[in-house]
Amino acid sequence: MTGSRERVLARVRAALADVPADERPEDVAVVRDYDRAHAGGGEAELFELLADRLVDYRASVREVAVEPGGDAGAAVGAAVAELLAGRGAGRLLLPPGVPADWTGALPDGAPALLRDDGLAVAELDRADAVLTGCAVAIAETGTIVLDGGPAQGRRALSLVPDRHLCVVLADQVVASVPQALARLDPSRPLTWISGPSATSDIELDRVEGVHGPRTLDVLLVRTG
Amino acid sequence: MTATFVGIPPFPEAAREAAGNAQLRHNLRRATHTIRDRRAAVVGELDDWGRLRAAGKAIKERTLRHLDVHLERLEAAVTAAGGHVHWAADAAEANAIVTRLVKATGETEVVKVKSMATQEIGLNEALAEAGISAYETDLAELIVQLGDDLPSHILVPAIHRNRAEIREIFLRTMADWGRPAPADLTDEPAALAEAARLHLRERFLRAKVGISGANFAVAETGTLVVLESEGNGRMCLTLPETLISVVGIEKLVPTWDDLEVFLQLLPRSSTGERMNPYTSTWTGVSPGDGPQEFHLVLLDNGRTDVLADSVGRQALRCIRCSACLNICPVYERAGGHAYGSVYPGPIGAILTPQLHGAGGMSAADAALPYASSLCGACYEVCPVAIDIPEVLVHLRSRVVEGPGHRAEKAAMGAAGWALRDHRRLTRLQRAASRMRDLVPRHLPGPGAAWTSTREVPEIPPEPFRDWWRRTRGAAAGGAR
Ligand code: SF4
Repeated sequence: MTGSRERVLARVRAALADVPADERPEDVAVVRDYDRAHAGGGEAELFELLADRLVDYRASVREVAVEPGGDAGAAVGAAVAELLAGRGAGRLLLPPGVPADWTGALPDGAPALLRDDGLAVAELDRADAVLTGCAVAIAETGTIVLDGGPAQGRRALSLVPDRHLCVVLADQVVASVPQALARLDPSRPLTWISGPSATSDIELDRVEGVHGPRTLDVLLVRTG
Repeated sequence: MTATFVGIPPFPEAAREAAGNAQLRHNLRRATHTIRDRRAAVVGELDDWGRLRAAGKAIKERTLRHLDVHLERLEAAVTAAGGHVHWAADAAEANAIVTRLVKATGETEVVKVKSMATQEIGLNEALAEAGISAYETDLAELIVQLGDDLPSHILVPAIHRNRAEIREIFLRTMADWGRPAPADLTDEPAALAEAARLHLRERFLRAKVGISGANFAVAETGTLVVLESEGNGRMCLTLPETLISVVGIEKLVPTWDDLEVFLQLLPRSSTGERMNPYTSTWTGVSPGDGPQEFHLVLLDNGRTDVLADSVGRQALRCIRCSACLNICPVYERAGGHAYGSVYPGPIGAILTPQLHGAGGMSAADAALPYASSLCGACYEVCPVAIDIPEVLVHLRSRVVEGPGHRAEKAAMGAAGWALRDHRRLTRLQRAASRMRDLVPRHLPGPGAAWTSTREVPEIPPEPFRDWWRRTRGAAAGGAR
């Protein structure tokens, strides 16, 4: 603790002389009659809305349908292999906790798998793509939230490579921002991602991809 | 970077100059109208916008009325999570703290993510004096920094530059700062963005110290929140070993749940998006992820003076969305630089003079509350319902109570006389309507400073009340 702590606090208190001494913060009314969510409907509607909003913000969306009782991991693996087939092999960065299935359908060494065990930043910069899961996805805003949990890893992993493949599972999808915050743990570092990085700084023309990944592929995994 | 706001001419003079600059005017008009329309579209999507806005206002009110309690909570939570908290009474102290922290790392370079607080205190200049280079990493800030220029808009600081000018700046200056721009650089926005990406990437990868501001600081949890678009924020917040965040004491919100309101209000109001591309939140330090050394510098620098004015206090609710700039007819014509402050537009007109303190309003500050036609559009769009016209009028009266300004005092007195009595007002309006062809386009005398850059609004052929009675009188059930 350094600097003018007491001085600033004293000034704040002096400035608030008009606030009754016995008033507590909770006594200042905050009416929360806004909607908990704007989108209604069941899982199917939420998925559709999420896909729509993601595309609207120029992410590419791939729906991965899984038969009831089917193998979701293998279905994701097949989709990942297809997505990566088109482009040169390169290196795929993997955070700790990515299920083996997700990369199970990739040909050997193409891409080369780069597992993060505390790689230096320069190493991360050599990866062409990163494959992660997520913590929560918000349908109304087309947002994916990463919290550093399993299959996500530290924040730099989804930042430095130029392409981000993100797997969203059915039970991770919520309708709204309030619902998402209620599920998230503030003590974890969070990254909220809505489409690829973008700038409108030059004559307000939107350009995708400045410093974050220029391509965002979202794999929406749905059972049934 | 040598450009500063110090010595900038007062608003009327600067506005006259800017309004004459056709390129600036064209850029501003296009930009403000584009963002304005986008905002209206995404705000229109939410039926509960009015209720969110009321909640946003109330949460900030709760924060400000008990700011001491919330500041102490924030300090405790950040400290518990492994961060260090510093308090700065003014700009000089904040700059000294940051300089000392950077020096302690042994580094002479820092990367910065756009922050109005650090601009307000002139941090880059202070660091430069200490031999530390601060690199701005927002595309727009980069354009501004490379062009040795000043930002003109909260959100799009380079709004006054077009693509050809940006290309020219990149070609001419990038080599002096690091990786040069490619010789065959075109003026396509994508090509310009790519040049910036390459120019900054090597800098991000080797940066050891990052400096940021914050959009919100959650008192309950000690969490800081930064909203951005390009990913340069994530780079600065994630890759360095040391992170220093300079945050105004008004940026607090009490609880984590309160973010559910602001993360809806802010992106829709500012860039007109449902959500901005990237939002980062962090609480102290997280082992194995991101900077392992985190410093929060809490900045007063005049904010407690604003807090002490029970009318002007509401300016501290501002979440810097810039919606009031984009809607403002005065801003659209005059541009951001005319306000001579880091905070331009309607919010700048009420915040700057207050931040500079009741005692020492300069001539430039005193002119700012007059940089408005009191049309009220800024209040309508403000996501935290700051009644900017009310504060403007309040500040005008503070200006009038000060020394000088007899003419304005008289004008205010006359307005008060007319407004107090609605029959008197109606009579005056009718008189004005009859004489409207005689009113010059520019006012003489004390009104000249303002109307020389701005046409006198057309006086309608008949007063509104008369028109209403004539056209709707019967339907409205004889409303007077
Ligand atoms: S005053 Fe209101 S509208 Fe203007 S920038 Fe601040 S929050 Fe936005």
